[in-house]
Amino acid sequence: MTEQEVINTINIALAEEFELELDEMQPDVSIYEDLGLDSLDTVDMVIVLEGAFKFKIREEAEVKEIRTLGDIHSFVIKKITAESK
Amino acid sequence: MQLNRVVITGMGAVSPFGPTVNDLLDGLDEDRSAVQYYEALREVQGLRSLVASQVSGIDPKQIARKHRRSMSRLSIYATLAAKEALAQGAVGPELYSSGQLGVAAGSTVGSTETIEAFFKDYFLDHSLERMKSTLFFKIMNHSCASNIAQTFDISGRILAPSAACATGSQAIGYGYEMIVAGHQQMMLCGGADELHPLTCATFDVMHAASTQFNDRPQQTPRPFDADRDGMVCGEGSGILLLESLDSALNRGVEILGEVVGFATLSDPGNIANPDSGVMAQCMRQALAVAEIEEQQIDYVNAHATATEQGDIAESQAIATVFDHRVAVSSLKGHLGHTMAASGALETISTVDMLRRGRLVPTLHLQNVDPRCADLNYVRARSDQPLTFALKNNFALGGVNTSLVLRRYDHD
Repeated sequence: MTEQEVINTINIALAEEFELELDEMQPDVSIYEDLGLDSLDTVDMVIVLEGAFKFKIREEAEVKEIRTLGDIHSFVIKKITAESK
Repeated sequence: MQLNRVVITGMGAVSPFGPTVNDLLDGLDEDRSAVQYYEALREVQGLRSLVASQVSGIDPKQIARKHRRSMSRLSIYATLAAKEALAQGAVGPELYSSGQLGVAAGSTVGSTETIEAFFKDYFLDHSLERMKSTLFFKIMNHSCASNIAQTFDISGRILAPSAACATGSQAIGYGYEMIVAGHQQMMLCGGADELHPLTCATFDVMHAASTQFNDRPQQTPRPFDADRDGMVCGEGSGILLLESLDSALNRGVEILGEVVGFATLSDPGNIANPDSGVMAQCMRQALAVAEIEEQQIDYVNAHATATEQGDIAESQAIATVFDHRVAVSSLKGHLGHTMAASGALETISTVDMLRRGRLVPTLHLQNVDPRCADLNYVRARSDQPLTFALKNNFALGGVNTSLVLRRYDHD
């Protein structure tokens, strides 16, 4: 899976879960202020990402640092890359 | 502590006839049946009752995702009904968070559909890792009341009565008592349920569900009729805005009716079988609270679900309490049994009957079961002056409720 395919998969999965428009899903948007997610949503975001990429990330400290959509893209790409090595 | 008169200033209905009060009243006025055959029920092994009345035509996306994410269908129905009631009552955001508006609303159980979906996934590998954060808010017993309050930013009291088929009327009664006692100025009151095969099965296993009309769904259930063979399960939500008379007059809103009495009591004789004497006791208590004589009641809106035992017991109880020819009908023939919503949906119709002076007959009642008491059963639409009505609901688990309603005459 290319990095763009990973980004597309993330965006589509989150758009479906949180009823977002794909064209508003730019890397620099805040998932809280701009996309309107809250702490309950971030719990479900982790579940959605785990389902989409078949990995476990719930206990990873970096998840708590996520602020923007770009942070999610970077985190997932890094995770997938690390697991493929 | 002050005692207040309690009036109805808003009503909302999501019923098998559609998403508004007008849809409900139109369906009743036109003597339509909301009951249909559902092929999906045939897939449930052992289920014999394949007829039901389901809600259609709603738009859940009227509710923002932030609020809808914690809702199953029953809370969606309740929230849409509450929205309609609040709009009719001209209650806006300044009153939502005043602390003077509370919620009394319940369901038979939390969302069975959600519980089924959870355990279906859980049993795959006994993992909780796929459990969504909002699961609990859909299955908790106060899901209906909490979701209404969260959606409208309501900051008053929350009551979540749960008494199966008596839930809706019990919620109205408890809301009424809150306002009478001066604890709240307004209460959103009612009930909601979502249909699940388990609901149908619950009554089917007790031989209380209609099983012989699967090929003629529009002819069942048949309250009080000799050919009735049981109840038909339904779903929906009814919500009424109750308000102190003083508050309603101060706000200058239209008053739709008045709640003047309420009684609820336990029938400990049997958890499933009704007792005619205890039903009569409940009606008498409600009349005593209303401080009126039984002769003043013009109409009884019966619980009458078309079960063999229930209809006989209730008819005998009505005959015991009312020695005059009080008019009696049940709306289950039109709507099926909408469970926790039934008390509220049927109260909404009863309020409308009082306002218009027009009684809705019992659909499908052709030949009264000779074992039912000799009553003035309403068989056809009937126009007559109406002042007081009594509304019954009786629930599995031995919970009885009776409400007394009065037409409100503006001075």
